[in-house]
Amino acid sequence: MGLAQKIFAHDTRAASRLLSWIEDGDSRASGELREIFPRTGAAYLLGITGAPGAGKSTLTDLLISLYRSRGLIVGVLAVDPSSPFTGGAVLGDRVRMQRHATDAGVFIRSMASRSWPGGLSRAATEAVRVLEAWGCGLVIIETVGVGQNEVEVSRLACTTVLVCAPGAGDRVQAIKAGVTEIADVIALNKADLADVEHAASALEMTLALHPRGEWRPPLVRTIARDGMGVEELAGAIDAHRRFIEGNGTLAEKKREGLKDHLKEIIRRKLHERISGRLPSDGELRSRVAEIQQGLADPYTVAEEIAAKEIMP
Amino acid sequence: MSRTIRVLIAKPGLDGHDRGAIVVAHALREAGMEVIYTGIRQTPEQIAHAAVQEDVRAVGLSCLSGAHAKLFPKVVALLREKGGDDILIFGGGIIPEEDIPALKKAGIAEIFGPGTRTSAIVEFIQKSVC
Amino acid sequence: MCEDTGGAKRQWRETALKRALEKLGDRSPAAATPSGIPVDFLYDPSDIEGLSYLEELGYPGDYPYTRGVQATMYRSKPWTMRQYAGFGTAEESNARYRYLLAQGQTGLSVAFDLPTQIGYDSDDPLAEGEVGRVGVAIDSIEDMELLFREIPLDRISTSMTINSTAAILIGMYLAVADGRGTGRKLLRGTIQNDILKEYIARGTYIFPPRPSMRIVTDIFSFCGREAPRWNTISVSGYHIREAGATAVQELAFTLADGIAYVEAAVAAGLDVDAFATRVSFFFNAHNALFEEVAKFRAARRMWARIMRERFRAKDPRSLALRFHAQTAGCALTAQQPDNNIVRVTIQALAAVLGGAQSIHTNSRDEALCLPTEESVRIALRTQQIIAEESGVADTADPAGGSYFLEHLTDRLERGAGDYLAKIDAMGGALKAIESGYLQREIHASAYAYQKSVESGGRVIVGLNRHRSDEGDRCPLLRVAPGTEAAQRERLAKLRARRDGRAAARTLAAVETAARGTENLMPPIMEAVKAYATVGEICGRLRAVFGEHRPVSTL
Repeated sequence: MGLAQKIFAHDTRAASRLLSWIEDGDSRASGELREIFPRTGAAYLLGITGAPGAGKSTLTDLLISLYRSRGLIVGVLAVDPSSPFTGGAVLGDRVRMQRHATDAGVFIRSMASRSWPGGLSRAATEAVRVLEAWGCGLVIIETVGVGQNEVEVSRLACTTVLVCAPGAGDRVQAIKAGVTEIADVIALNKADLADVEHAASALEMTLALHPRGEWRPPLVRTIARDGMGVEELAGAIDAHRRFIEGNGTLAEKKREGLKDHLKEIIRRKLHERISGRLPSDGELRSRVAEIQQGLADPYTVAEEIAAKEIMP
Repeated sequence: MSRTIRVLIAKPGLDGHDRGAIVVAHALREAGMEVIYTGIRQTPEQIAHAAVQEDVRAVGLSCLSGAHAKLFPKVVALLREKGGDDILIFGGGIIPEEDIPALKKAGIAEIFGPGTRTSAIVEFIQKSVC
Repeated sequence: MCEDTGGAKRQWRETALKRALEKLGDRSPAAATPSGIPVDFLYDPSDIEGLSYLEELGYPGDYPYTRGVQATMYRSKPWTMRQYAGFGTAEESNARYRYLLAQGQTGLSVAFDLPTQIGYDSDDPLAEGEVGRVGVAIDSIEDMELLFREIPLDRISTSMTINSTAAILIGMYLAVADGRGTGRKLLRGTIQNDILKEYIARGTYIFPPRPSMRIVTDIFSFCGREAPRWNTISVSGYHIREAGATAVQELAFTLADGIAYVEAAVAAGLDVDAFATRVSFFFNAHNALFEEVAKFRAARRMWARIMRERFRAKDPRSLALRFHAQTAGCALTAQQPDNNIVRVTIQALAAVLGGAQSIHTNSRDEALCLPTEESVRIALRTQQIIAEESGVADTADPAGGSYFLEHLTDRLERGAGDYLAKIDAMGGALKAIESGYLQREIHASAYAYQKSVESGGRVIVGLNRHRSDEGDRCPLLRVAPGTEAAQRERLAKLRARRDGRAAARTLAAVETAARGTENLMPPIMEAVKAYATVGEICGRLRAVFGEHRPVSTL
């Protein structure tokens, strides 16, 4: 039996193995993904992002409980950076969520943002489908920091929650230009801190300066440590969901996402076909020497190689 | 494409001394591995479930309270039940030498005692999983 | 304080030192203490220029207590020799305590097993494999009575390493004393009761920080009235150091925790001098002799100033930092275990030169297992030899005035002071813990240490240098396999025998008190006397307070 059939039967090991194939760029993945594809696409994708220390993992943990109590099967992709030097990573987000480890209705997977072919979006898009095939009605993608990864995730996610916390004085952690553009809901965590009002005003002001059409991202105050504000946060997420389902934004988003994914798969296929025909380092050595001696330039050389080797 | 080695580091039982587990986790990262750390106070069930979801090639168990004799074999048994026969399981902490044969018989591949160089653990994993 | 020798030292550097270096070289060009304080070839008066003897050092027993908390120090009475012990059942531990007392130990120190520390009964599924292993299993007051059989509670001081369940265990101790007719006011001892370091480094927390701090201050208040000679907290740096912290971090984080406890108690309405006289500390005694002595002296000087200036304490006993020291377990090796006897000697000497009030010396087999009787006897003799044969106990702060030592004391104070300022800016120790800052600092030090050992930069004799092929055997203590079964049986009998309704009633009262604001100690003591178990009482508290879940600090 292939993995796909096992995954439909809620087999954790099979789903987990397919996730690894996706991350490793294993060619066996596409056959399985083709098979699971027809039964996926409906899962709701919730993105949770924010600076380290804002309380993301704690909120995620609480949201898992909340959604479970609503009878949902929940998947979590916890993304952390890989070391740029060694390629390794220590993935510690599970620590906060380990109480859900033995719940058959929860699947938690830690992902290090290695150089996946196609980037985080591709790996996450495919991983979400695997989790959905396994049974998840909701998948949470938790990422740290506010950067390229987070922008990609916010394009994939149906709803993106940005978690902030009051900083020292009136500076808010992670209020950078553009950050509010990715947030559909803002969770202002550690709301028991003295400077929460400053933080709230700073956020409200930024939101006012960068309006995003009809949806005004609500600011929900939470104290994750005490479990407070989680119901309200879920309420705000629900409201956003109703909004985007109602006015066609969600459908548009899924369409765009599918188109991007298709382009990525095509790109990958083409790359596979070409990469066998790229000259090796050894083969290029003499051409490099020519260029160094001033006998040729890299652009002309590249055109010659392309014409001859790659696209005859 | 060579697979990135994913390893789960876990602390079964009630022992809360995590210095060794954290040092090993960092050393494995420096060797290019992805390390998922579960935190302290894990039941064998939590560890086994996590190992399967994370599709790790190896599981490292750390215990300094003396409960290894009971708990390590439990983790092995649960992993086998879940189809994880090919997962390499190793351990460390305060484990008397005379306990090691029984642990190995129960399926623990190796025990790394106090004073072990982290490079030895790295090499062991790299050799065993490839 | 002294002559100006700056010029002369410079001269010396450029002449005699320079020549010697050219001829003989420097085997340690980057010489530094383990916490990174650079170590020069020599220290002289110019290195402690500006040090005012009267302001910075003073006299033992006088503010700022740098030279000792008590005027006569060990001339009147040596430090208490207090070996941490406990394993298996109460009867087995009781036998070990009586052995140690017969061998000349002067105070008891109780080690509890993990289920007892984390609030689970011996028959709880989560206790499986752990019962009686790292300490004695105590489930009910019956076990407590057995633990102290034939030990006079009014004549011996007892230290109990218990934190999350401290209220229950001190409740049991007081109840046992009550049962024997021993006045509570005669009881001397300590409960560790330091929950903050559990979150930082040791991991036996149960409840989240806020309710945990409430329990701590309830104990302060109750014992302050009922058992005034009892030390209600031992603010601990030992475990923080064992987790990988440097001496500077150990000092800073411990004092930061101490500050947090004083703030909590004051916020709970206690008058500073009503409890601060009973606050004690617990430090690690590591290998680098002079750095450790400097650390202890800096601790006293810093705490005295903090208590007087920040908290306006008036009672001199509130300003005087008393501490227990344990030799560093993390510095011992499994390889060539007899070497550990030598390490422990140096470490214990550091504690003595540092003016500790009580000392535990580790046994040589620390890295392998719990100590055998023979190993623990050697550890005890180590202290006795230092006390009786070395002469250092005949005068207070014998190393005081050493240029090197005074320089290091200043540097440690400064390094710790920098950390304290940072922690204050974060909002205090609790905030620093919740954000993971302290833990990350410790992990970084631990990793740096490991790398330096593996690179050979830091030498550990027998491990990365001077290794030998001889077996590293030494006879090991095995915890009797029947402990878990014996405790289960005992619990079953207890539950059958006791007045179930009374126990249930007292447990309900504990829960009600936990939901309210009254002091938890009286209802806990009632429950304990009604034979409610540790697990049952904690079960109620867990229902009200919830359980702490750690942040990810990696």
